[in-house]
Amino acid sequence: MGVMQSVPEELVPGPASLSPSTAEPPRHSALIRATHWIIALSFLALLVSGIEILISHPRFYWGENGNVLTPVLFKLPIPSSRSLVPTGYGYVLPDQNGWSRYLHFQSAWLTVLTGLVYVAAGFVSGHFRNNLLPRGQDVSWRALWRTVASHLRFERPSAAEARSYNLLQRLSYLFVIFALFPLVIWTGLAMSPAFTSAFPTSVTLLGGRQSARTIHFFVAAALLLFLLVHVGMVWFAGFRSRMRTMITGRIYGPLEDA
Amino acid sequence: MTDLSRRKLIQTGLAAATGIAGLGVATGLAKNYGLIPPDYGGIWGVGETLNYASYRLLTNHSMAREFARTEISTRPLANEIPPLNDAFKKLQAGGFADWRLTIDGMVDRPGTFSLQQLRSYPSRSQITQLACEEGWSYVAEWTGVPLSHVLEVAGIQPRAKYVVYFSIDPDWWDSIDMGDALHPQTYLAYGMNGGDLPVGNGGPLRMRVPRQLGYKNVKFITRLAVTDDLRKFGKGLGSASPEGGYAWFAGI
Repeated sequence: MGVMQSVPEELVPGPASLSPSTAEPPRHSALIRATHWIIALSFLALLVSGIEILISHPRFYWGENGNVLTPVLFKLPIPSSRSLVPTGYGYVLPDQNGWSRYLHFQSAWLTVLTGLVYVAAGFVSGHFRNNLLPRGQDVSWRALWRTVASHLRFERPSAAEARSYNLLQRLSYLFVIFALFPLVIWTGLAMSPAFTSAFPTSVTLLGGRQSARTIHFFVAAALLLFLLVHVGMVWFAGFRSRMRTMITGRIYGPLEDA
Repeated sequence: MTDLSRRKLIQTGLAAATGIAGLGVATGLAKNYGLIPPDYGGIWGVGETLNYASYRLLTNHSMAREFARTEISTRPLANEIPPLNDAFKKLQAGGFADWRLTIDGMVDRPGTFSLQQLRSYPSRSQITQLACEEGWSYVAEWTGVPLSHVLEVAGIQPRAKYVVYFSIDPDWWDSIDMGDALHPQTYLAYGMNGGDLPVGNGGPLRMRVPRQLGYKNVKFITRLAVTDDLRKFGKGLGSASPEGGYAWFAGI
């Protein structure tokens, strides 16, 4: 049924011919839209539950050992949900770790399983090759600089960018999909004593359980930064039209509004 | 167009039916192979079942990581312990000479062990990590008697599926499946880093389950109950943890 078809180059209308056509294939396939929103929701759940778990011990270490009696690598200046943690605040937050841990792992399963479907479909359909891999003429420092400069000048995206990703988008999406997500899953599993009993190198490669936890925190922070910039850029490009496109798959271009 | 949507409808229906049948078969198999945790009910059941089933399938014979003597932490945090009750204080005043561990349930020879008896059994040591669900950890050398040895002495019955263990603190009890109970690294630990196990770390007797997080390693053990049905204990969720909102399986 062609839901995973990408838009062939010749079908992408140039800026001069922006008339919306009902026969046009969807900007985002149904599978990409579904996996996008499932992962968006489960990532939010992971974020909230992760922060709750973090509050029970907002201190970070390197290596295998680390607790309130050992020196820290760094600590976050926030209150804690455990009285044993010296925070400098005169109060202890309520413990939220029970449901947070249940939610964290359930959402992690949803993210991982949905992500696997997305990645497998992305390879099979050519989504990564056609839509995310930078196009030949774009792979140069000059091209990269041009798109960075255009972002820095806060130029509104051209109409063509409603139909295709620019270089910066392509690179950051690929980085999130193939670097940050695998790394956050790996470092998460490396904190599981059961998982590491079966796959000990998953944690020794990272330098120990506390190192895995510290890296997990930084990767999660990078993913949060991506989320903020991503939503910010959607806002900038036109929140309503981009949201409608991500939900329905159809493009609502400027000419259509007119 | 109508043909297409009819075909689509039939395809979707077939896929859904296959999915539901597959799920049914999977649930039946999972139950047979002991892949369903006692706290499978409720909104977190799917995630918990996936966690526990993966543990059973992936890590059946795996060993918790063991460390070099040089990696032992100089600061084995005792953590917060609940206010110790009078029964504990009395036993502590007597140097734990009267500490008793009882074993009952599906065993041929239910009975009572003193610490002296437990120490007279072949002792084992492991240098493993204790990791708390909050995120902190320490590596220590733990000494004790493998739980499997005590179960053997008591004569465990073939239908037994779980070992429930109780702290002297009545609010604190937990359970593990037979895979964990008979695992060579599961100890009734009475020693740490070459000395007696300090009270703060669970002395005189602590359950040591190194493939699971700290809260599964219940302190001040006084009773073991061998069973095939966790519904007989507490609220039927397998341990005090789910009653307080925490997962029964603590391998992650």
